[in-house]
Amino acid sequence: MNQRNAISVGRWTRLSAISTGCALALVVALAFVPVALSANTTDRLTTLFIYVILAAMWNALAGYAGLASVGQQAFFGLGAYATIRLAQQGVNVYAALVLGALLAGAVAVPMSMLMLRLRGGEFAIGMWVVAEVCFGLVILDKSVGGLTGTSLIALNKYNADDQRAYNYWMALGAAVVLLVLLFVLLRSRTGASLQAIRDDEEAAASVGVRVLAGKGVIFVLAGVGCAMAGSLWLATSITFQPKSYFGVEWTAYMIFMALAGGLGTFEGPIIGAIVFFVIQEQFGDSGVWYLVGLGAAAVGFALLLPQGLWGAVEGRFGIQLFPVGYRLRGLDSTATRAPSETYAES
Amino acid sequence: MIWVNQIVQGVLLGGYYAVLACGLSLMFGVMRIINLAHGGLAVLGAFFVFVLSKHGLSPWVACAVVLPAMGVAGWALQRGILERSLRAGPLTPLLATFGLLIVLENLLFERFGADERSLFPYIGTLGYDSWTISSDIIAAKLYVLIFVVAVVLLGGLHLFLARTPLGRSMRATAEDRDTAELVGVNSRAVYGVAAAIALSTAALAGAFLGMRSSFGPYSGSQELLFAFEAVVIGGLGSLWGTLAGGIVLGVSQNVGAQLDPQWFLLAGHVVFLAVLMTRVLLVGLGARGGIRIALGRQA
Repeated sequence: MNQRNAISVGRWTRLSAISTGCALALVVALAFVPVALSANTTDRLTTLFIYVILAAMWNALAGYAGLASVGQQAFFGLGAYATIRLAQQGVNVYAALVLGALLAGAVAVPMSMLMLRLRGGEFAIGMWVVAEVCFGLVILDKSVGGLTGTSLIALNKYNADDQRAYNYWMALGAAVVLLVLLFVLLRSRTGASLQAIRDDEEAAASVGVRVLAGKGVIFVLAGVGCAMAGSLWLATSITFQPKSYFGVEWTAYMIFMALAGGLGTFEGPIIGAIVFFVIQEQFGDSGVWYLVGLGAAAVGFALLLPQGLWGAVEGRFGIQLFPVGYRLRGLDSTATRAPSETYAES
Repeated sequence: MIWVNQIVQGVLLGGYYAVLACGLSLMFGVMRIINLAHGGLAVLGAFFVFVLSKHGLSPWVACAVVLPAMGVAGWALQRGILERSLRAGPLTPLLATFGLLIVLENLLFERFGADERSLFPYIGTLGYDSWTISSDIIAAKLYVLIFVVAVVLLGGLHLFLARTPLGRSMRATAEDRDTAELVGVNSRAVYGVAAAIALSTAALAGAFLGMRSSFGPYSGSQELLFAFEAVVIGGLGSLWGTLAGGIVLGVSQNVGAQLDPQWFLLAGHVVFLAVLMTRVLLVGLGARGGIRIALGRQA
């Protein structure tokens, strides 16, 4: 009896409360980077935030909803495309970044009705084909210059320093908003049902989980997120070349970041994005050999650390910085539940 | 008649897609691996054949050397990388094969540069010869040959899977690995053989690609997408379905290109999506598990 009284189910631990507090403080501190640190640092961090968004979105799809897409570049490209078209219509360019992402994300709604009925490999490849179709249609559009592409000229009315700072704040804001949305979503009933779907779709359906609705929410969120990353990428690089935006390598990078960091953990993709960013910063100049190294690193992670960096830490020490699941308290440490296991709310 | 010709060309193109796709289909059907490096491996095979041809070997003799070598490489790939990554979960092979693809592509680029290569100069008059069926319908001998090889290859694989003990083990493993092991199937060996066949056929497809047109270090991804489309249209894991899927894809691309050259790729993709959509609608909206039935694997 005594022992049973001592056991409780909870989410927050002291560590996770502290780390969430630190994360908030970090976000506030990061907001001052454009005024406090060099232009170069600001640009680089902007890139990092875009990577974080991409990694978190692919992780949300594959790690929490079991949807391994090879076609997220569809949204990345569409986000940039929609931004260009809106800016051409005279919409303020920074409003166009967000609106463009939302519009491109809206495409995910009808798309989900067909695509989410496909399973496993068919969904993965089907999404790639969808991305190729989007690419094929976008290059038919003369107003963005077909294959050659065009530029986001509307940005010119801001001077270089303003552009840099606005891009930075947009990227930081987008990353924070998307991560918080994902955090809240994963902690809700939907989050629990999503993980049930990922683990066993039939079983989840049999206990009353609405499979399509659950997957749909995450699919649309990931669509908006990847589109936002695409429009932000456009804001930082200015040129829009359809082939490079709709390239399958974007999804490949997402897979790398999510899996290297730790699939199915909230913290993992953020770490994966940092790893990817650091590799790129360190070796990006070595051209072909950088890519060979990146490929080798991907194989290395798959073979030696398949649970990813954070997955390994979490598995060994049972730490969760941002608690998405529940844990059992009051049992002795040997019986502590793996923190990634989540239990549906009653 | 121009349309009939486009359809004929599409069917012949489908033969090439089938050669490219059958290894992919086998690997997916048996091991549940989506091999993102399949196209890159086909291009690797093409480069091997190219190098040997440049040193004076006939491309056909070169194939006789390269195909078994790629088979051994496939077996080693399975033992060294795929097996281990597969143990970690269904998504890890995606990362491993993606990494392999990037390494392959960039090493080829480092060695051979960005130039497009072709095996066309090494196959003599076969590249030009054709049969004129009517004034509008011309069948290139090379394309017909590739189609015949595709049919023979798929027929051979079919017989292998249907009639030989190893083939039966392979089908059993594809159905349920654990149960197959319980009754004495050595699934490691089966996986090794499947990977060997997949890489050999990929190399053959690469050689055909080189004879039909040209290839560069980064051609793999595009070819991979075609192969995937052929596999999915035909039904995952079904060999003859792969040929049918390749033909559907080839015909839609050629007919699309006849309408507008820009539509070559797009038409193939649209037909692919239309096939998927029809299948979803056929099994009835909302019918859970129905898709799986419609795509029932026959291996």
